[in-house]
Amino acid sequence: MNVEKTLTFPVKIGEDVVRLRQVVRAEAIAIGLSLVDQTKVITAASEIARNTIDYGKGGDVTIEVVNTSGRRGVKVVFADNGPGIVDMEKALTDGYTTGGGLGLGLSGAKRLVNEFDVKSTVGHGTVVTLIRWKA
Amino acid sequence: MAAQHGVLTKILAKSQGDLLDAWVKEQKGVLKVSSQGEAAEHSRKFIDGLRAAAEADQLGDINGGAWAQARQALTDISSDQALKGATPGETAMFVFSLKGPLFAALAKEAGKDTDAFAREVWASTVMLDKLGLYTMEVFQKSREEVIRRQQEELLELSTPVVQLWSGILALPLIGTLDSGRTQVVMESLLQEIVKREAEIAIIDITGVPTVDTMVAQHLLKTVSAARLMGADCIISGIRPQIAQTMVHLGVELNVVSKANMADAFALALRSTNRKVVDRTAKDKEAAAIKAAAASAAAGED
Ligand SMILES: Nc1ncnc2c1ncn2[C@@H]1O[C@H](COP(=O)(O)OP(=O)(O)OP(=O)(O)O)[C@@H](O)[C@H]1O
Ligand SMILES: [Mg+2]
Repeated sequence: MNVEKTLTFPVKIGEDVVRLRQVVRAEAIAIGLSLVDQTKVITAASEIARNTIDYGKGGDVTIEVVNTSGRRGVKVVFADNGPGIVDMEKALTDGYTTGGGLGLGLSGAKRLVNEFDVKSTVGHGTVVTLIRWKA
Repeated sequence: MAAQHGVLTKILAKSQGDLLDAWVKEQKGVLKVSSQGEAAEHSRKFIDGLRAAAEADQLGDINGGAWAQARQALTDISSDQALKGATPGETAMFVFSLKGPLFAALAKEAGKDTDAFAREVWASTVMLDKLGLYTMEVFQKSREEVIRRQQEELLELSTPVVQLWSGILALPLIGTLDSGRTQVVMESLLQEIVKREAEIAIIDITGVPTVDTMVAQHLLKTVSAARLMGADCIISGIRPQIAQTMVHLGVELNVVSKANMADAFALALRSTNRKVVDRTAKDKEAAAIKAAAASAAAGED
């Protein structure tokens, strides 16, 4: 997988989520994602960013334009040094929340993208990676 | 301390007015034209304050009590500049423009005592640099204040609740729905529902770019609160891409929704037992009935 472009910035407050959505939108448009796919990847990124702030005590996000065998995509990686996810299976279950949310962020984001990966170490932090490929 | 600023203290005691005049002249090229009148006034206050600090022998400590008046003058000019849209550089130059006239006065007063001159120039430079930074901090704070106020105004501005018909309200949402805004939106909607005794509230999200779980949850809260106040909600303007995304995300709003505000309004009218009719069609119908009646009457003759 080749990285064509990369941009990193912190996600700590609500405004950072707005900025992230704008950056992801710009890249999604640039690689020619359809309107529906743009909306999907933006919404997924918005969900994970919110988790990074709410549960991960803030972290960093990296947005990349990637390609592999001619196919291009938008990749977004979130990393925090928060408490980590204790029960990954539960966290990925629809409706599971420890913060009074709808409990649909992680599981929903997973359905909105083509590739989704969560790595978490309790006491150390969480890294979430998502990619939406151009169809 | 006295030794450090001895010459400056003397200048301020002797020829405060001359220094002020030279400084105000110097500012002409630096400050925004619109604020020059006020700047002269602030400058006078600042030099007065400087003299007060000198008399208290506190020129070295700009955070000290004797500096209160001088600091106030700087605060006033900085916030004034910030409001007038000046750049931070222009604002700091207000203080730095004192260097020229001040050093000239020091040179004159120190005369042949070059040691004293060097010492005083250095001490004054340190002092003015600190004051320049102080000005920048105040300027920055004033700018932040301006931005914060604008954000608040925008918050209220962008959440108008409009009455479409008696008993029917519409809330067109535009932009990002964060927690702060949702609170404002929800409150103004609930207030209007009570005030107008509304039965139906149409929440239009055509202008909301992203509906994630947080936005969905905020919408759901608003809908249930409205319900408790006796009004049913209709959500309109869910664009196709948003609808698809919401389905994948798994959020269900469990609320009546319509593609656009017009359809939502039509539904609202129907469910409050009202109907919009096409006048031309109705007039034609009435005319036909009249004509039929007339020809029937003619036939009877
Ligand atoms: N970065 C993270 N660090 C620690 N815990 C996390 C992190 N992200 C998610 N979790 C845990 O996983 C749970 C499920 O997350 P998910 O995003 O699915 O739901 P939610 O954030 O609680 O609610 P919603 O996203 O629907 O508003 C969270 O409640 C939290 O306990
Ligand atoms: Mg979440």
